[in-house]
Amino acid sequence: MSVDTATVKRVAKLARIAVDDEAADRMTGELNAILGFVEMLGEVDVAGVEPMTSVMPMEMKKRHDNVTDGDKADDIVANAPETERNFFLVPKVVE
Amino acid sequence: MNDELTMTIVDTRTPDPKRMLPGVTGDWEIIVGLEVHAQVTSNSKLFSGSSTRFGKAPNANVSLVDAAMPGMLPVINEECVKQAVRTGLGLKAQINKRSIFDRKNYFYPDLPQGYQISQYKDPIVGEGIITISLGPDKQGNFEDIEIGIERLHLEQDAGKSMHDQHPSMSFVDLNRSGVALMEIVSKPDMRSPDEAKAFLTKLRTIVRYLGTCDGNMDEGSMRADVNVSVRKPGGEFGTRCEIKNVNSIRFVGMAIESEARRQIDILEDGGEIDQETRLFDPVKGETRSMRSKEDAHDYRYFPDPDLLPLEFDDAFIAELAKDLPELPDDKKARFVNDFGLSIYDASVLVSDKAVSDYYEKLVGQGDAKVAANWVINDLLGALNKAGKGIDETPVSPEQLGAILSLIKEGVISGKIAKDLFEIVWNEGGDPKAIVEERGMKQVTDTGAIEKIVDEIIAANPEQAEKVKDKPSLAGWFVGQVMKASKGKANPQAVQALVKDKLGVTE
Repeated sequence: MSVDTATVKRVAKLARIAVDDEAADRMTGELNAILGFVEMLGEVDVAGVEPMTSVMPMEMKKRHDNVTDGDKADDIVANAPETERNFFLVPKVVE
Repeated sequence: MNDELTMTIVDTRTPDPKRMLPGVTGDWEIIVGLEVHAQVTSNSKLFSGSSTRFGKAPNANVSLVDAAMPGMLPVINEECVKQAVRTGLGLKAQINKRSIFDRKNYFYPDLPQGYQISQYKDPIVGEGIITISLGPDKQGNFEDIEIGIERLHLEQDAGKSMHDQHPSMSFVDLNRSGVALMEIVSKPDMRSPDEAKAFLTKLRTIVRYLGTCDGNMDEGSMRADVNVSVRKPGGEFGTRCEIKNVNSIRFVGMAIESEARRQIDILEDGGEIDQETRLFDPVKGETRSMRSKEDAHDYRYFPDPDLLPLEFDDAFIAELAKDLPELPDDKKARFVNDFGLSIYDASVLVSDKAVSDYYEKLVGQGDAKVAANWVINDLLGALNKAGKGIDETPVSPEQLGAILSLIKEGVISGKIAKDLFEIVWNEGGDPKAIVEERGMKQVTDTGAIEKIVDEIIAANPEQAEKVKDKPSLAGWFVGQVMKASKGKANPQAVQALVKDKLGVTE
């Protein structure tokens, strides 16, 4: 598997990372080197093997349905660049 | 929502002309599938311990997990899992004992994580069925149609953005962020706006019976994405458009109607349908394209490394199945079989669990069919007129039951019962006592009725004369006597006496 510059730019755009042409060219090479390295895993025969979801054989922890958190709007918005009445304010987004 | 998942479409329906839309080039068939987002009824959120309560101050129901602060980890709410399984059982669906949570990646200010935790390839609930009932038609018949359920999965809700508070800024409230939703996806089995409306109505009834979602569309607890395409009857499926976030059952019908029309017009002009996301504008009654960016649907799903697979055993499912309430279809069948109700009456009563509970409290206190009529016509009619729900009824089941008993025992006539109902509605009180106090008892004493009949005949000699040539005029006397008795005379007794006195034989 390998990527071209267009794919790199597209992935960067989807991740909202600004990448100029020069950086995209450089990253294409780097990413292809990484992908080539990971490709080695393809040599292992995994037919009939379930994808591993955890290194520990354990069950997912579950919570009881109790309200144990919240009522800290001041804390929640404390680091926001702009707020009003405990709303977050962001540049206008209208679909 | 599941654009990247390929769904094998099996056409289960036979094209039916009465559902089709006419065009210049002939009839068109409408194909509809729904994706319904139903908020899970729970105290706390899907992956955090903050409250789900509606209408709290901005960001009051937000924990550090919901705000996606660095280092926070999701821990699943077991009750939300149970609610999803209960809903799956109510939809007669496959319950998957192992399911996986995935990240659905996209950016929007009301999604602080930058991804929604959802389920993609391995949902908690698989294929199921909802039976909808259309009708009655002019002959009074109902048509039952099975609509397939593709899947149900658990996911997080996003926050809420408000765009009208400031000239250049949007306001974001994360109270809803992280609240558990069930996304319920139907198969594209619906063929008309009415079928889609019936599906949504039925689904809402089922989740309300189960107590897994309050079904309140005004508060956004339930909303639908509507997939619409058109085709020539029985032909290849056309390209579909998705109408996002329709928030009332009526709007779902309107949106399908106008969207199908729009697509037919394009196709008949030789154009092509672009697969796109659209919005329904209820004011204009039409759909419009969302200015969707390219790549908008590239969600790059992958399993959430913060969460292990969700697993449970058969005993867990059996325990939930054991406590499942009677579902609307079963209740309807029981009302028809045990109480002799018409399918129509039974359908109306079971469409709201609270109404059917009310009705069941009346059974035994009067005739079952009479009781059904009272609930459907008088009680629901009055509630509707007053803009009240069944939970706000001024007439309790005990009071209406007492009125029904009074009718059954012949103490009051059906007509007086209506007056009595109105008194109880407005003033409250014990119906039996009211009847006593206000002298509303039906007069069955023949002597008393005879006296009134004599008076009316004596006061109208000309009319009495005419009856000899025109026997049907006797009805006028019956009416006069009933009026003079203020509706309290037993109508059968009055009729017999009037005919007897006037010498009418038939």
